[in-house]
Amino acid sequence: MTIGTFVVVAIVKALIALFILTTLIAYIQLAERKIVARMQSRVGPTRVGPFGLLQPLADAVKFILKEDITPTASEKGLYLLAPILSVTLALLAIAVIPVGPPLQIHGWTIPLQLTDLNIGLLYVLGVTSLGVYGIVLAGWSSNSKYSLLGSLRAGSQMVSYELSLGLALIGPILLAGTLSLHGIVEAQAGGHWFLWTQWLAFFIYLTAGFAETNRIPFDLPEAEGELGAGYHTEYSAMKFAMFFLAEYANMITVSAVATIVFLGGWSGPVFGPAPLRILLPIFWFALKVAAFLFLFIWVRGTLPRFRYDQLMAFGWKVLVPLALANVLVTSFAVAVLH
Amino acid sequence: MQLALFILFGGLALAGAINLLVQKAPIHSALSLVLVMGSLAVLFLLLGAEFIAFIQILVYAGAIMVLFVFVIMLLNAQPSEPSRASRAARWLGPPVAGLLAILLAVRVAGRYHRVPANLGQPMFQIGDIGQALFHQYLLPFEVTSVLFLVGVAGAVMLAARPEEAPQPARQECPEPADSMTREKGAGA
Repeated sequence: MTIGTFVVVAIVKALIALFILTTLIAYIQLAERKIVARMQSRVGPTRVGPFGLLQPLADAVKFILKEDITPTASEKGLYLLAPILSVTLALLAIAVIPVGPPLQIHGWTIPLQLTDLNIGLLYVLGVTSLGVYGIVLAGWSSNSKYSLLGSLRAGSQMVSYELSLGLALIGPILLAGTLSLHGIVEAQAGGHWFLWTQWLAFFIYLTAGFAETNRIPFDLPEAEGELGAGYHTEYSAMKFAMFFLAEYANMITVSAVATIVFLGGWSGPVFGPAPLRILLPIFWFALKVAAFLFLFIWVRGTLPRFRYDQLMAFGWKVLVPLALANVLVTSFAVAVLH
Repeated sequence: MQLALFILFGGLALAGAINLLVQKAPIHSALSLVLVMGSLAVLFLLLGAEFIAFIQILVYAGAIMVLFVFVIMLLNAQPSEPSRASRAARWLGPPVAGLLAILLAVRVAGRYHRVPANLGQPMFQIGDIGQALFHQYLLPFEVTSVLFLVGVAGAVMLAARPEEAPQPARQECPEPADSMTREKGAGA
C-alpha cells in the first residue's frame, strides 16, 4: 500500500468512526434519559419525533444556538483549550478498539479498527490518563471556586483510580501474554472468557471505570448539590457539549475495553450465509458494549453518591490492595501452569 | 515521512522546553513540560520503542505532571519575584548547560558515531524488556524499587499531621493516626 492510499483509507475510516460515534453518543444520552425516567416512574422525552427519537437532534441544535459565554476573569487560552483537549483525547482512545475480526473482501484485508497497535491496551490507558488535563484545566481556567473544587476532586479521583484500573488489567494481560487488543480477544476464543478466571479483576476494573468516567456513584466532581455543576459550571453552548461528548465517549471506551478484555470481544456463535458471518461478530461486540452502557445507566438510576473521604479510602485501601493481590495470584498461577 | 515527523516533534520538544524556562506563571511552565513529555514520547515511538513511549505518556504526562498541575492549582501559585539565588542561576546556567551538552555530545558521538538511527523499525518487544529487567538487571531493578519505597515512606512521614482533629475517615481505622499521636506525645 502506498502512502497515498494509506492516508485516504485512514481518513475515510476515521470519518466513518467519528460519525458512528457521535450518533451513538447522542442516542446513549436519549437512552439514558428514557431509562432513568422509567426507573423513576416518569416517561422521559416524548415530544420531538416519534417516542422522542429526534430529541438528540433538537439538543444539538440548541447547543449550537446557545450563547457562548467566556467569563471575564477566566484564563482565555486554557479556557478554550480544556474542552478541546477533553473531547480529542476521549475520541483518540477509541482509535485502537477493534469491533470485529478483520474483513476479507476481494483479497483486501480491512481491519475493523483505525489502527492495530502491538500495545493497544497501553495506548488506551495512556491516552485516557491524559484526559485528566481537560477537566483540571477547565476548572482552573474558569476562575470560579465551584469549578476549581470540582476539578480538584476530579483530578485526585482520576489519578487515584487509574492505578487500580491499570492493575486490574494486568491479570488478563498475563493470561493472554500480549498487549494487543486483537491478541487478547483471540486468547479468549472458544468461550474461555477472562471473566471466568479474572472475576475479581473484572469488578475492580468496572468500579475504577465508573470513577474514571466521573459517573454515579463516583460523580463527586459534578456533585450538583454542593458545586453548582462542578468543573464545567462556567461553560455554555458547544464548549459544554464537548465535555458531555467526552464523558460519553469515555463511557464507550471503558465499556469496549471491558468487553474486549473480559468478555471475549466479538466472539460468539457465528452461523448462516457469508454476509451474516461478517455481521454477527460485530453484533455480538455491540451487544456486549450495550450491556455495559445499560449497566452505567442502571447504576445511575439506583445508587446514591459516595462521600468524598469514602471515595478516597475505598480506592486506596480496598481496590489497590485487592488489585495487587490479584496480580500476585495470577502471576503465580501463570508461572506454575507454564 | 518519518524524518518529517522527527523534525516536527523534535522542534516541539525544544519549543516546549524553551517556553518552560521563559514563562512566568508556574502553570504555563508545567503545561510546557507536558508538551515536552508528549513530544519525547513520539520520538521514542519513531525510534521503535513503543513500550517506553507509552510508559512515558502514562507515567510522566499522565500521572506525575498531573500532580504538578494539581499542586500548582491547589496553592494557586502566582508568578514569583526572582530571588538572589535564581539571579545567580540565570548567569551561571547557560555556560554550565552548554558544557554539559558538549560533554554529552562528545561521549555519545564517540561511542555511537557509526550507528545510524533507524526510524520506524521496532527495536524490541515488551518481552525483551521484561527479560532484561528480571534476569540481567534484577538486582539494580529491585534496589531501585526499594529506593522508591523509602522515598514514599519519607513523604508520608513528612506529610502526616499528627495533631490533626479526628476526621470521619480516621475514626473508621484509628490505628495509624493513634500511634502517630502517641509517638509525638512521647517525644514532646
